[in-house]
Amino acid sequence: MNQFTGKIWILGDDIDTDIIIPTEYLALKTVQDMAPYAFSPLRPELAGQIKEGDIIVAGKNFGCGSSREQAPEIIKALGIQCVIAKSFARIFFRNAINNGLLLIENDQLQDAVKEGEEITVILNKAIEYHENQYPITSLPQNLVDILNAGGLVKAMQKLNSAKDCTI
Amino acid sequence: MGMTIAEKIIAAAAGVEVVKPGDIHTVELDRLMSNDGTTHLTIDMYNKLKNPRIADVNKLVWIVDHNVPCDSVKTAASHKKMRDFAKEHNIQFYEGAGVCHQVMMENHVTSGELIFGADSHTCAYGAVGAFGTGVGCTDYLYAMVTGKSWLLVPETLKFHLTGKLKEGVYARDLILSIIGMIGANGANYMAMEFSGEGLKTLRMSDRICICNLCVEAGAKTALMEVDEIALDYLKEHGREPKHVFQSDADAHFAKVYEIDLATIKPIVAKPHFVDSVVDAKECVGTKIDQAFLGSCNNGRIEDLRVGAKLIQGKKVHPLVRFLVVPASAAVYRQALEEGIIDTFMEAGAIVMNPNCSVCWGSCQGVIGEGEVLVSTGTRNFKGRAGHKDSFVYLASAATVTASAIKGVIATADML
Repeated sequence: MNQFTGKIWILGDDIDTDIIIPTEYLALKTVQDMAPYAFSPLRPELAGQIKEGDIIVAGKNFGCGSSREQAPEIIKALGIQCVIAKSFARIFFRNAINNGLLLIENDQLQDAVKEGEEITVILNKAIEYHENQYPITSLPQNLVDILNAGGLVKAMQKLNSAKDCTI
Repeated sequence: MGMTIAEKIIAAAAGVEVVKPGDIHTVELDRLMSNDGTTHLTIDMYNKLKNPRIADVNKLVWIVDHNVPCDSVKTAASHKKMRDFAKEHNIQFYEGAGVCHQVMMENHVTSGELIFGADSHTCAYGAVGAFGTGVGCTDYLYAMVTGKSWLLVPETLKFHLTGKLKEGVYARDLILSIIGMIGANGANYMAMEFSGEGLKTLRMSDRICICNLCVEAGAKTALMEVDEIALDYLKEHGREPKHVFQSDADAHFAKVYEIDLATIKPIVAKPHFVDSVVDAKECVGTKIDQAFLGSCNNGRIEDLRVGAKLIQGKKVHPLVRFLVVPASAAVYRQALEEGIIDTFMEAGAIVMNPNCSVCWGSCQGVIGEGEVLVSTGTRNFKGRAGHKDSFVYLASAATVTASAIKGVIATADML
């Protein structure tokens, strides 16, 4: 069974893509250059505090707003293992999966957890926090395939090479 | 069980008889729009592919609108990459023609099409009954290379419109009211469908404005029933419909809302959420530093006419910068012909070339720390229009113009 544990950072409802990465930093050359400014309108210190393997736990409508794909890319570049939210905005959802960033929907966890503590994610089954378990549903198979390949471009390459038609 | 408009478009694009909400289908796309917000990223990914190719170059439309003309060396490099690639691959390319969605409506979109746009407000195309949906650059790349993508069939929310908007109330007030009612994720993953006798009272400019903003309720797409008004618009622009779909009488809707247009009032969305809507009267008196009339939401000739009529013979408040940005070159030229640009300039407004402007907080017109903007733009998120500690109020062209004259948020009846 695939599972992992990580320290959590808590964010609220309606975390929009302008919060995740403000427009003024989109002109920077790479996602790594942009990453220090992630969440800066809301919590300027947060990007510097996040460590490899940490987990974001948020409220409803995470990632609402623009289609800028730098948003999930930056979260991944910060080392975040997965984002757990009450719900995700749909463009962000697709963009995250396409970039190999795991998203999990759960509508109870955010109200229960404390920032800085650890949770354990057991894929397709549940999230463990202290002695409590929060059930999670599994993703559709086509999305799992994209995630496992490491994103949509890699999945596309895999698919095409299988058909002996390399992209 | 019958199907909704969204379901029928997906079924046609997937080449199947029937689809139902929750199904995932591989679909053939009719059109692929991308702008200078992310096209450079798509090109970078494309160039890394082993054997890159474009499935059908005729489906691609690329539009420079977010930072036009260029504001920095970095943006110039990204534009050059886009321009050179478009030339090399013979991709339809616009620069300076206007905001992408207005350019698409004027030149490309038709009823029954399934369109991906690398921009969240692609749902605007529902005004002529096209299924437009916003995607990121990776989804765009996949569609560009394969001509296809996957789609989860959305549930549909139906908005049955009756009555007529009162004098001084606009489509912008209607869609802000709806977003306030269902919330910023009230239509998440869903299609929003508009129909009813009330729809027939709304012009194309109103319909584009309404569909355009549906993503602010989380919608995957917005779709309006195609009628004579939509068909006339297509005809005027030299296009034939691909399909004209209507929802079946026994189609399944997740929820049906009945909306009497006569009950809608002037609305303002307060910082920092589009669903923080209040009666405009509640914001009256709030001091502003800048006003913005433009964007893919409200920069059409009909919106400029509303503003010009109000400001004719009056002046912009001395402590306010009033930016007027036509949504396309065609709109700009029409406004010139009607004397509207002259009216705005006589009043002291700053008239700019068609672009996304301060609506996306880059290029021109960004606001500073603590400043207040009243805007017909699409979003009022924290920091959206410039400094992280600035404030954006969203309102109709009438409320924005009245506020520019008064120096505080004001409704048109206060002039």
